[in-house]
Amino acid sequence: MDGTDLSGAQMVITVEDVVPVVASVADPELPFVTIEELGILRGVDVDDMGGVIVTVTPTYSGCPATEVIRDSILEALRRAGHHRAEVRTVFSPPWTTDDITPEGRRKLEAHAIAPPRRLLGLDHPILCPRCRSASTSLLSEFGSTACKALRVCDSCGEPFDHFKEL
Amino acid sequence: MIVSRQPQGMPQPDLEPHFAYLLRLGDDNLILAQRLGEWISRGPDLEEDIALANIALDHLGVARNLLTHAGEVEGRGRDEDALAMRRTEREFLNLILCEQPNGDFAQTMARQFFIDAWHVPLWEALSASTDVTLAGIAQKALKEARYHLRHSSTWVVRLGDGTEESHRRMQAAVDRMWRYTGEMFIGDHVEAAVAETGIGVDPISLRPAWDRTVADVLSEAGLQRPDDDYVRTGGRVGFHGEHLGHLLAEMQWMERTYPGLRW
Repeated sequence: MDGTDLSGAQMVITVEDVVPVVASVADPELPFVTIEELGILRGVDVDDMGGVIVTVTPTYSGCPATEVIRDSILEALRRAGHHRAEVRTVFSPPWTTDDITPEGRRKLEAHAIAPPRRLLGLDHPILCPRCRSASTSLLSEFGSTACKALRVCDSCGEPFDHFKEL
Repeated sequence: MIVSRQPQGMPQPDLEPHFAYLLRLGDDNLILAQRLGEWISRGPDLEEDIALANIALDHLGVARNLLTHAGEVEGRGRDEDALAMRRTEREFLNLILCEQPNGDFAQTMARQFFIDAWHVPLWEALSASTDVTLAGIAQKALKEARYHLRHSSTWVVRLGDGTEESHRRMQAAVDRMWRYTGEMFIGDHVEAAVAETGIGVDPISLRPAWDRTVADVLSEAGLQRPDDDYVRTGGRVGFHGEHLGHLLAEMQWMERTYPGLRW
């Protein structure tokens, strides 16, 4: 697709065309989760000239993945034939881990990362993603990336990442 | 009695208040991030090394957002890199507290705790700024600052309420950093102007919340609140201690050596 059909006439690009392209872009640090599942994709628009405007919000202020995500979105759009595209970053309302979709949470747990609890459910235990024991301890508030803490399971002894609630 | 000394002898740059305010807040975060980054590979243990790097990254992110916005407000085409890498020492407007050397781990934690306890009420207030971009940056930074405060408070208590040696060092660190804390609450015409328009906040209004946090944590840690009211100022108008120039030399050398370098 290059924006024209076989007769040479201009094709109309709709939001419905580009949303799947953008929504399936993977997070660079959690490549099994899409930016839509992570809840950082805020909007996709197409302007009158067929240009694509994608709005995203960062997880953390200094998340180094932010620029990679922007480039990944532009690259995915280019591959789909959309060369005029722009990624805008918004801060408000701030991203929260409650924005992670149920599917995103399921994938995190399947990849041995304990998903964040709902902000209104912080009294719930953090389950070991390996044996699902409710008895786990904090090793460090800061883990392998800004968004994760390091815990250990008191039952099976496995250390694991916990996507911290924000 | 509060004794304040305003260094004399250099003309103060006459910056537009909105721009100056964003620079001040951005520079606090940039310089603090650079200091925290110095700990990388030297932390007391692996977890703390990673923690300090993560906190540094949060501050760097806030700095980038604020400096980018400052450049837009200034309207002279300066981006975050131009503001971070191509200003001289006298043009940096950070609190002198932020540039203080890391010292031992207790000193780094005292500096961080005092700043975190200030950032929380600051970002709370600025979340309602009439500058919607600043409000968005503040709403985001607030969540991170609360996390940072929990981390630094935990260490102040752990060291203050620890061994004789850790207590001695933590108290010495609190005493050493104390004189730089008053600058957080002194406003000038810049703060007055931005408070007037609802862009910023009167810094003195942040003092009660800061005092409460500091009193609670020092008390739990078994540490004495210094009764010295001497306040070292000047950072907000570009008069710094002897340490900032060295920090900038390291931070800026690549850009200074190869201007405009990209990779």
